[in-house]
Amino acid sequence: MEILTSLTRTAPARVLRGLLALCLVAMIAACSAPPADHPPGEPFDPYEKTNRGFHSFNKGLDRAVVRPVAYTYSGIVGDEVEDSISRFASNISMPRAIINNVLQGNMKGATEDTYRFVVNSTVGFFGLFDVATDLNMPAATDADFGETLAVWGVREGAYVELPVFGPSTERDTVGMVVDLFLNPLDYWIRDPEEYYVFGTGVSSTLTTRERLGQTIDGVLYESTDSYAQSRSLYLQNRRFEVGDSGSEVYLDPYDDPNLVLE
Amino acid sequence: MMFDADKTSRRGFLGGLTGVGLLGFVPTKVWALDEARSMALVDRVVNDINRVIASGKSESAMIRDFERIFGRYADVSIIARSALGADSRRASNAQLRSFTKAFQGYVARKYGKQFRDFIGSQIEVKGVRRVKTWHEVDATVRLSGRSPFKVAFLVSDRSGKDLFFDLMIEGVSMRISERSEIGALLDANNGDIDKLISAVQRAG
Repeated sequence: MEILTSLTRTAPARVLRGLLALCLVAMIAACSAPPADHPPGEPFDPYEKTNRGFHSFNKGLDRAVVRPVAYTYSGIVGDEVEDSISRFASNISMPRAIINNVLQGNMKGATEDTYRFVVNSTVGFFGLFDVATDLNMPAATDADFGETLAVWGVREGAYVELPVFGPSTERDTVGMVVDLFLNPLDYWIRDPEEYYVFGTGVSSTLTTRERLGQTIDGVLYESTDSYAQSRSLYLQNRRFEVGDSGSEVYLDPYDDPNLVLE
Repeated sequence: MMFDADKTSRRGFLGGLTGVGLLGFVPTKVWALDEARSMALVDRVVNDINRVIASGKSESAMIRDFERIFGRYADVSIIARSALGADSRRASNAQLRSFTKAFQGYVARKYGKQFRDFIGSQIEVKGVRRVKTWHEVDATVRLSGRSPFKVAFLVSDRSGKDLFFDLMIEGVSMRISERSEIGALLDANNGDIDKLISAVQRAG
C-alpha cells in the first residue's frame, strides 16, 4: 500500500494515471454496437479481415513454437512440478480477482476468494499447494475486469482476434489491459522476482496447451474453418463466464420452423 | 328440489375445490416426474460414459461405444438438422437420413478423441432445473490436478421420447458449434449436400 500511495504522489505518476483513466473511458466508449439490421445469433465481426490475418499468424505461432515447446516442456518436467507451478501462478492472480469481485459488488465472491488466497498462501506454501480445494472451500471466481465491465453494463463490442493473445472482444481487450495494472502484488514484486512470476504464467500456459492437446488441435487443425470455430467457442464460453448467456438466448430447436420434418 | 340443488352446488363446490387443488398440484407433480426422468436419463448416459472411459479399451473401440451411447440417449436427428440449419429444408428425406447417420459417426469420432484428454476424469450429476420447454441437467467433470468444469445436458421429450438434444461444456453448445462447423464444410463443398455427406463421413 505504501508503494502505491507514494507512486500516486509523484507528479508524473499523477499525469500517467490521468492518461490511463482517459484511455479507459475512450476505449469503453469505443466498444462498437452492431447495426440495427444485424441478424441475431450471428457473431458481430466487422474486423473479420484483419482478425483472420492475426488468426493465421497465431496458428503459425502455435504450430512452430507453442505446441512443440509445450510437448517438450511437459515431457521433461514432471506433472507434479507443472501442477505446483500452475497453482502458484493462479494463486498469485487472486488479489486481482478479489478486487474485481469488489468492483462488481460481489462481496460473497470477494470474501471466498480472500479466504482461499489466505489459506493457499500460508498453509499451501505460497500457493504451491491447493489446500483450499482439499478443504472443500468454494471454487475460485477467477473474476476479471472484462467481466466487471459486463456487470457495469458495458456492451460486448465487436469480436477481435489479437496477435499472440488470441480470441477476444473489444470489451475483453480493455479488461485485459486494465487487469495488467489491477493486481496489487505486481506493485510489490520487483525484479528479479517479477520475471519468475512471469515465468510461472508461461509455464501454466504451456501446461494447459499440452493437457488440452487433442481439444485444441481439433479446433485449430481439424476444423474446416478454424477461425469461425474458435470465434464461436470463445464467444459462447465467454458469455457463459460473464453470465451473459443461457436460457434467454437459447431457443428450443423443436420450435425452429427450419428444422421441422415434413 | 331445493335440497337437491343445494346438494348439487355443494358437490360442485367440493368438486371445484378438488379441481383447483388438482390444478395447483398436477403440473408440479408431472414436472417433478419429468425432472426425475431427465435426471435418470443423464445418470444412465454418465454411467455409460464413465464405464467406457474406465474400460481402458483401444481408442477405436471406445469411439464405437460412444457412437452407441450417443445414438441411444441423444436425439441425433434434431442435432444433425440443427447443424445443417436452414439448409436441412432443401435436403431430401434420403439425404437427411444419410446425413444424420454420417453425423452420428462424426460426432463419436470427434468427441471420442477428445476423451483422451479426460482419461481419469469422473462425471458427477449435480441437479436438474426446468428451462422453458426442456430440462437442464447439470454435471461436473472432475480431473486430477485441474479445476473441475461444468457440463449441462438439455433433455426434452418433444421427439416423443426422453432424449438429450444438446450438450453444453462450460457454456459451449454442441449444436451451435457444429452448426458453425457443418456450415463451413457445406461452404467448402459449394453448398452440395451429397458432397457434404461424404465429407462428414470422412471427418472427425
